[in-house]
Amino acid sequence: MALSGLQIYKLLPGSSKNPAVKKHANCKACGFPTCLAFAMKLSQKQAELTQCPYVEDEAKAKLEASAAPPIRLITVAANGSKLAVGNETVLFRHEKTFYHQPGLFVRVKASQADAAAVAKAVNDYSVEYVGMDLTLDGIAVEADGGDFAAAVSAVKGASSLPLVLLTEDPALAEAGLKAAEGLTPLLWAATPDNWEAMAKLAARYKAPLAVRVDDGDINRLVDLAEKVKAAGVEDIVLDPGLRDYVTSLAVFTQLRRLALKKNERRVGYPLIAFAGDDLALAGQHIAKYAGFIVLDSFSPGTAYPLLVMRANIFTDPQKPIQVQPGLYEINHPQPGDPLMVTTNFSITYFAVANELESSGLPGWLMVADAEGMSVLTAWAAGKFDAERIAKSVKTLGATEKVNHQSLIIPGHVAVLMGELEEELPGWKIMVGPREAVDLPAFLKMVRQPA
Amino acid sequence: MPAIEIPKEKWSGQVKEVTLGATAADGGTRVKTVTIGGETTLPFLHFEGQMPHRPVIAIEIMDRPPADWSPVLLEAWGDAVQNPADWAKAAEAAGAEIIVLHFSLGPDLSADYAQKIVRAVLAATGLPLIVFGPGQADLDNEILVPVAEAAKGENIALGVCEDKNYRTIVAGALAHGQLVVARTAMDVNLAKQLNILISDMGLPLERILMDPTTGALGYGMEYGYSVMERLRLAALQGDGMTQLPMIVTPGEEAWRTKEARAGEGIPAAWGDWVERGINWETLTAGTLVESGADVVVLRHPESVKRIDAMINALMNN
Repeated sequence: MALSGLQIYKLLPGSSKNPAVKKHANCKACGFPTCLAFAMKLSQKQAELTQCPYVEDEAKAKLEASAAPPIRLITVAANGSKLAVGNETVLFRHEKTFYHQPGLFVRVKASQADAAAVAKAVNDYSVEYVGMDLTLDGIAVEADGGDFAAAVSAVKGASSLPLVLLTEDPALAEAGLKAAEGLTPLLWAATPDNWEAMAKLAARYKAPLAVRVDDGDINRLVDLAEKVKAAGVEDIVLDPGLRDYVTSLAVFTQLRRLALKKNERRVGYPLIAFAGDDLALAGQHIAKYAGFIVLDSFSPGTAYPLLVMRANIFTDPQKPIQVQPGLYEINHPQPGDPLMVTTNFSITYFAVANELESSGLPGWLMVADAEGMSVLTAWAAGKFDAERIAKSVKTLGATEKVNHQSLIIPGHVAVLMGELEEELPGWKIMVGPREAVDLPAFLKMVRQPA
Repeated sequence: MPAIEIPKEKWSGQVKEVTLGATAADGGTRVKTVTIGGETTLPFLHFEGQMPHRPVIAIEIMDRPPADWSPVLLEAWGDAVQNPADWAKAAEAAGAEIIVLHFSLGPDLSADYAQKIVRAVLAATGLPLIVFGPGQADLDNEILVPVAEAAKGENIALGVCEDKNYRTIVAGALAHGQLVVARTAMDVNLAKQLNILISDMGLPLERILMDPTTGALGYGMEYGYSVMERLRLAALQGDGMTQLPMIVTPGEEAWRTKEARAGEGIPAAWGDWVERGINWETLTAGTLVESGADVVVLRHPESVKRIDAMINALMNN
C-alpha cells in the first residue's frame, strides 16, 4: 500500500537520525522548499525519489517496496496480442479509476468438434463503440478428455489471442504447455493436491499459474499461493473456487480490501472468475474485481453488452469523455443542408453522428461545448442553454458554412425554442427527436431544398 | 505466517426503511405492501452488515399503448398494452412487486382521465403503485395532485420531483398521505439538496425515494453507477440526507437505446435483436442493483425473470 506523505517524510533527510544526512534537511536539492513538501509530492506521485540525492539506502528500499503495486500485474500473451491485468489501486472507480480491464475468455473443450471454429469466431469478433473497436481477449481450452495437445494446437492455429489452459492433471498441463509453445498462457490450476507438479511446470514454461481452492477459504488459498511462490512461481492468479453471485462478491471484495487497505502482499494477485453462461454474473465480476473472466459460450448478442459494460466501468471518471466542440461535416454536406446541434459528451456525439452517417443524409452537426455532458444532464446543469447554443452558432463557423438560418435542436430541450429565437433573431428553430435513433426519419421528413 | 483476518467495515449509518402501499389494516386496499431500505452495509455484503429487505422489481406500464416503445417490448406484452388495467395484471403475473404507472402525453390527458386510470389500475392489481407523470412540469402538477387524491389511503409514490418542479407534487403527497420520488441528474450534491428541499416542506424522509438518474449501458451508465456508489457510501458514513432508498429506471433507459430499439440496418456484431435488447436491460439493471438500487423499474418480462433470479442469488446468504 502506498505510504502517506507523513510516513514518507519520516524516511527523508529531514527526519534522519544520522547527522551526516540530517544536515541536508530542507536543502531544496529536490526542487521543493522542504522535505515535507517533497514527501507530499511523492505521496501524490508528482515527484520521483531520485530527485533527492541524500536519501538513505534503507529508506530508499522501504519507499521502493511501498511503491510496488499492491496487486501484481500479470501478463498473458499470444502471437501479437497480450493482456495485462492487476495493478489496481482502488475499490471504487470514483476514488481514482480502474486501470486494467479484466480479460474476457471463452471456454472451449478439447472434445468439442468445433473448438477451432469457436476460437476463430472469438478471435474475429470486433464491435465498434464510441469510436473504439471492442474485442474479446482469449480462449480458455479445457482438457475434458480428447486430445488436449491437439485441441490447444488447433485453437492456437485458429486464433491469435492469449490462452488459458484448464486442467488439473500435470501430464495434460505439460502437453498443453508444449502445444502452446511460444505463447504465454495462464495455467489453471494448482490445487492443494497437485501444486508441486503444477508449480514446476509453470516455472519451467514461464507461464502464470492460477491457484484454486474449492470453498472460498482465503487462508487455504493464501497457503497454496505461498507454496507455489516458494517453488519459484512469481506470476500467480487466485481462484477462490466460488461460482455463484453472493459468496464470490463477498470473497472478491475481501481479497481486494486485503490487498489495498491492509497491504496484505500474500493476496496481491489478480482473481479469476467463471461466469458460465450468466451475463449478469459476468457483469458482477467486471465491476467487482475479477482479472480474468471465463464465459462458457460465445454469441455476439452477449459479447456486445459485456464489452460495452467493461468499457464503461473502466472509463476514467476523472476525464469526462468529450469530443472537440466544432462544426462536424457528415456525409459531405452542402451549404443548404440541415444544421443540427448537440453536446460534446462523446457518447452523445457518437450516437448522433453514427445515425447520421449510416443514414447517408448530408448534414452539419454542430457540437456545442457542454463540458462533456449529455443533452439532458447539460441542460439541467445550465451548460446547454439558449445562450450557449447561440454562442456556438456564432463562433463555431455555422454562419459561414451554411446558407440558411434553420437550426434543429434535440427534442429533450424543446423548452429552449422560444429563448433561442430571441437569442438568434431571424433564425427558425426546429425541435428534433429526443433520441438519435429517430433522427434519420426526422431529417427525411423535414429535408430542406439545397 | 499469521492467519489472515477478514476485514470488515464498521459503518455508522443506515439507509431508512420506506414502505410503499397500504393494506386494509392501514386504510388501503393493497394485498401486500413493499418495504425497502434498512441497509447497514454495501449491497449484498452480508458478512459485515444487514440487508433486511431485498431490492424489488417494479414493472413500468403506460396509460395508453406506447407509440415509441421497441417492437420487442410490444410483442412481449401483446394485447395487454391496450388497457392499463390488463397491463397491470399482466405485469403482476410477470413477477412485478410494484407497478409503475407512467402517463404519456396525450390529447385527453387531464385530472379526470388520470384519476380514472389510477382507480382502474388499483382495482386490477393488489400491488403497491408508483405513478409517474409525463415529465412536463405543468402537466405533471395538473394530474399528480388529483392522482394523489384518488389513491388516498393507498400509500402510493408520486413522481418525479425535480429541483425545478417539486412543490406541487410534494404538497399533493402531504395532503393525501402519499410518498414522492425525487429525481436529480447524476450528482451527489444535487440529490442531497433536493432531499433537503422536500423534507423542508414537511414530508418525512421515510416518504421519499431518491432517483439519482441512470444512463443505459453504453450511454452513461457508469456515471449513474458511481453516483449511486457514492450516495450509498455517504449514507453508511452517516450523512442523513443520503440515507434514502434508491429507485432507478434501467428499463426505460435501456429500451430507449438504438441497441434495444433497432432490428434492421445494424452491424452483425450486435447479434440477435431480442437477445440483445433483453441483455441490454438485464445488464444495466443488474449493475445498478449491485451499486445500491432498492427498486429497479423494468420493462421486459424476461429481464424481470433474470433480475429476480439474480437478486434471489445475491440474497441467499
